[in-house]
Amino acid sequence: MASGQVSKRVKFKSSVKDPGTPGRLFLTLERLMFKPNSPNSATKLNMEFRFVKNHKYTKEGSNKAPMLNLTSSQFESYDDLHVCKECVGRALSKTGETPKPIDTSEVPSEQPSTEELLLRMNMLRENGELQKLHKRFVSDGILTEAEFWATRKKLLGGNFSKKSKQRTGLKSFVLSDTKPSTDGRTNKVTFTLTPEIVREVFAEKPAVHQAYLNLVPRKIRCVDPTLDMEADEGDDYTHLPDHGIVRDGSKEITESQHEQYRRTLSQELNRHAAVVLQGTPIVRYSCEIKICNLADEEQLKDTQTVAEALKLSKQGQNASNEETDMNTNQDRLSRISKMIEIDDLQASSDLPLAPLSIKDPRDYFDSQQATALKNSRDTSIGNDPVKRSLSAEESYASLRDSISHVKTTGLVNPIITPEAAVKVLSVLTHNISSTKYDIGKNHGLSFLDTLPNTIKEELLYHWTSLQELLRHYWSSYPITTAYLYSKVSRLKDAMSKIDSQLQELKESVQSDLRHQVTLLVRPMQQAIEAAMQHHDAELQKRSARSGERSNGYT
Amino acid sequence: MKFQIEDVTVCFPYDHIYPEQYSYMVELKRALDAKGHCLLEMPTGTGKTIALLSLITSYTLSKPQGAIKLIYCTRTVHEMEKTLAELKLLHNYQVKHLGPAAKILAIGLSSRKNLCVNPNVLEANNRDSVDAACRKRTASWVRALSAENPNVETCEFFENYERAASGAVLPPGVYTLQDLRAFGKEKGWCPYFLARHMVQLANVVVYSYQYLLDPKVAGIISKEMQKESVVVFDEAHNIDNVCIEALSVSVRRKTLDGASRNISRIEQEINRFKATDANRLRDEYKRLVNGLALSGNLPGSDSWLSNPALPDDILREAVPGNIRRAEHFLHVLRRLLQYLTVRLDTEDVEKESPISFVASINNQAGIDQKTLKFCYDRLHSLMLTLEITDTDEFLHVQTICDFATLVGTYSRGFSIIIEPFDERMPHIPDPVLQLSCHDASLAIKPVFDRFQSVVITSGTLSPIDLYPRLLNFHPVVSRSFKMSLTRDCICPMVLTRGSDQLPVSTKFDMRSDPGVVRNYGKLLVEMVSIVPDGIVCFFVSYSYMDGIINTWNESGLLKEIMQHKLVFIETQDVVETTLALDNYRRACDCGRGAVFFSVARGKVAEGIDFDRHYGRLVIMFGIPFQYTLSKILLARLEYLRDTFQIKEGDFLTFDALRQAAQCVGRVIRSKADYGMMIFADKRYSRHDKRSKLPGWILSHLRDSHLNLSTDMALHIAREFLRKMAQPYDKTGSSGKKTLLSQEDLEKMDGSGMQERLY
Repeated sequence: MASGQVSKRVKFKSSVKDPGTPGRLFLTLERLMFKPNSPNSATKLNMEFRFVKNHKYTKEGSNKAPMLNLTSSQFESYDDLHVCKECVGRALSKTGETPKPIDTSEVPSEQPSTEELLLRMNMLRENGELQKLHKRFVSDGILTEAEFWATRKKLLGGNFSKKSKQRTGLKSFVLSDTKPSTDGRTNKVTFTLTPEIVREVFAEKPAVHQAYLNLVPRKIRCVDPTLDMEADEGDDYTHLPDHGIVRDGSKEITESQHEQYRRTLSQELNRHAAVVLQGTPIVRYSCEIKICNLADEEQLKDTQTVAEALKLSKQGQNASNEETDMNTNQDRLSRISKMIEIDDLQASSDLPLAPLSIKDPRDYFDSQQATALKNSRDTSIGNDPVKRSLSAEESYASLRDSISHVKTTGLVNPIITPEAAVKVLSVLTHNISSTKYDIGKNHGLSFLDTLPNTIKEELLYHWTSLQELLRHYWSSYPITTAYLYSKVSRLKDAMSKIDSQLQELKESVQSDLRHQVTLLVRPMQQAIEAAMQHHDAELQKRSARSGERSNGYT
Repeated sequence: MKFQIEDVTVCFPYDHIYPEQYSYMVELKRALDAKGHCLLEMPTGTGKTIALLSLITSYTLSKPQGAIKLIYCTRTVHEMEKTLAELKLLHNYQVKHLGPAAKILAIGLSSRKNLCVNPNVLEANNRDSVDAACRKRTASWVRALSAENPNVETCEFFENYERAASGAVLPPGVYTLQDLRAFGKEKGWCPYFLARHMVQLANVVVYSYQYLLDPKVAGIISKEMQKESVVVFDEAHNIDNVCIEALSVSVRRKTLDGASRNISRIEQEINRFKATDANRLRDEYKRLVNGLALSGNLPGSDSWLSNPALPDDILREAVPGNIRRAEHFLHVLRRLLQYLTVRLDTEDVEKESPISFVASINNQAGIDQKTLKFCYDRLHSLMLTLEITDTDEFLHVQTICDFATLVGTYSRGFSIIIEPFDERMPHIPDPVLQLSCHDASLAIKPVFDRFQSVVITSGTLSPIDLYPRLLNFHPVVSRSFKMSLTRDCICPMVLTRGSDQLPVSTKFDMRSDPGVVRNYGKLLVEMVSIVPDGIVCFFVSYSYMDGIINTWNESGLLKEIMQHKLVFIETQDVVETTLALDNYRRACDCGRGAVFFSVARGKVAEGIDFDRHYGRLVIMFGIPFQYTLSKILLARLEYLRDTFQIKEGDFLTFDALRQAAQCVGRVIRSKADYGMMIFADKRYSRHDKRSKLPGWILSHLRDSHLNLSTDMALHIAREFLRKMAQPYDKTGSSGKKTLLSQEDLEKMDGSGMQERLY
């Protein structure tokens, strides 16, 4: 690996259905080679990486065999695959550095999983607007499928971001919910148990609980002293055995024969909730493998091992508890003193958080609208309204500074800071969204609502489309790869199309509405214009730079 | 902040103060000035405790000539810890701003079980065993023995403490029980005896009600408290119940059996002593002739529970001749046991006054009233003479002697009720003989007489004129404060109908109706899906709660609830309940959300706060009436009617609603906090019931919220939660200030203040 050469045992497949030829795969930074085990096999491969344009590999965790789809080699394990994948990736990126013709077929090479695809389909079905957008851009080839969804990762839900920061808890279900199923013919009864259920059984059920209790000190000193009701018994002299009033109706009677049953349900629920709350991921337990394999009946018999493993892990926790006992005590005490303070009587402690203020979004836009409209009229987009009163010396100094800065460090990559891009985008979209609700709103009705339905829908449609395109457009800057370059040019074309459509729309409406429609359309056009300008400027800069560089290099 | 109330400079540990806290201090100061008792009701969530502590400590500081001691009584140990934590905060602030002159000594006092640091003693698992294990190592004769025989185990902490003698003192500061234990461990001194000793010197003592109200404990702990003390009973809405319980005893078959075994054991001891050390018994006889029954000069480690009768009622005279000799005393006890066994063996419920009961003992067992009265002290003396340390083994005979002394001492305010079985379970024979006290004023009378100011305060003292009657005292100040509003941070609702529009109630004839149970369940299912974090549910009794949870479990409603929140339940096992509470809080902290099922009049309702996210909604399922067919309750009602002219119905409603108010009041802690309260029973909509709720709840209870069904309540809850999520002006708006700063207070003099606020 260090020498840049990797060799792994693989099966070579020329197609997916091919059973594969066993052999060895050799990878270097320049080329890859496959040698079959049997010398008389015909499938040999020896090619240079610069001819490879694309590589795919099977995701780990899916049930498929580990594959690297250069030319379909099947690996023996995922580890092997990883090593090769890395090597291929480096090799490809190396070849990518050499100038090559613009290749539009290159896409981010992540294949969506089937669940994700299902989810996408569901979302499209449920969300008509999204469906329209999808149809317009993806079907027309302006955006690829992956690009379209890449901006909607959040919509697809946290399920797919594998590194969720939240610890996944246990589902709160009652054990009695695991109903047995019979096949109807034999006497066999089958319980379907997930590892979680099994773990819960051991945590909740008395035998194991007993083992656990043996390890827990009888005194529950670790509990918050302001909750410790056991301590009260120490001061309770009226309820000495047989003191106080036994039967005045306020005290409870215990019906001995039902006692058992009742107590168990409450206790079971408490224990259940405690186990769910603890909800430690199953991996922490040394009995992990056993539990996961519980499908085998043989393992099921071995409950004792599991119980013991659980016990051991608890013991481990307890041991560490004692060590940290002092610390937790200190923590609890400081928490109590925090708790007893009365919040609003003192100056608020400097929390790093902004207070949560959930408002009706409609109200928010309404309140913003007046100012937004005013701004959009008297400041043209792109101009910085913040500070313009710079003296000549100041601006000269600042320019010189930045030039010298560029000289020493070179041009920073990315050229435009993401913050700036976001700012531009938000200013633009802000104006659009605020214009969506018209000044007519003040009279109780949005102007948008007074427009004929077809025009209104067309406007909204354009607006959402443009929004989508702009989002993609600005997120593609700075253009670092050829792929982005092609994407931007595609987007630019689509936007100019919308621009002309807007122009048509403006001209087609009746004269009495034209002014208002123009007001609505203007921010959109301005946004397009800003994007175009940026694009042109960028292009110029690029050509200038590449010219320079070619001079320098050749 | 620092401000002036007349001649007292009050040092208050926050930058702002609620106007009602200020008024509370003004009233409290008036009571202290007048050296009289007072009764103050202030809503929960307005910082009663800190206002009280600030005023009293500041008052003491401003009057250096006559230092006043503060005796602060809480109902539970965990409230004690909370109070001490608040006091610590205040003390730190005062020392920081007033210098070392403001230093005080404040300690919490509890039993050995909560203070002991000797691991061998702590192995015992209940209070009495810990006490006995301690005595086994610290009794004077045990220590004398160990001087000769090194194999006799003593307690090194106690020995160190004794050795340090007068040097064993606590430096000034505020000590929680935990602090005391830590200090004891560090110095090697016994924290329990150190604390007992320091009680006399401390400026502030925080302990349980019973240390003042129960004569058995008060006799040893609070005997020497100075008259110039301010006694505070916090959360005192149930104080009458504590008082009557302190003077009540019940005897069952197993008590009698146990007592009889105890007597045999004592007899063996007597015989053993007769053989080895006959002088000892003779000395005791002589002491008893001189009337030295009470062991005023016993070493602290020898003392045990004192006489159950009140100090003023105990005659300081010689023990009657017929029980001076140990054997004679045992004969008397045997006869008494025999008599009680016969009485317990009854088929019918019997109710008797103490006078006729004593007369009947005299006739049938030949024990006169004076002999009965001395039983407890005689037993006490005998056990000391016999050097018995495992006192926990002798609880049964103590109970019998308690009973004898009480019945021989009091002729009014008590009755003896013998029941062959519990009314609710006539098929299970469980005879019990109860001496029940009906008059709460008896137990608290010595406290009112002895101390110059007694403050009774709580969030729920409505109607406020009832308490002086129940406790038979004359407050110089009796006030009920309202809550000044920053925003409507509590939202009480009365839910009379379920989702199917049928009425809901825990009325006896309706409570087991499946429709009601289902409607209650549906209400909770709906609420858990919209209310964030913690929800607390209170039921009228354990048996009702168990029943309803079972039904919900069978019908699948519980499963629906568990899909939204974890479920924790209060059980009669305190350890389990404590753990459940701890888990509940953790579930609320981590955002999982949880429901806590609890019982009105239970331990949790008594003193656990469900403030902030620990309780955004509390549902009171039903009205927590007492079991009205109870013979003891009926006897008490009769006594109240005849003695205080309080109608039965009024008292029952008052009692039920103070419990309900107590339950729902747990959700709010400050005005920044917010919470909803649902009273789920159609009877709450009736004026006679509802009007007994405290004013601060009633003033938030809108007319439109008096007759709701589940869907309407759900709608209101959603609106409320959304409203509470909005930012607001903490200092109050629309002319009325709800948060005062130091300048605000300086600007207005006291009288102007009053007018502005009320």
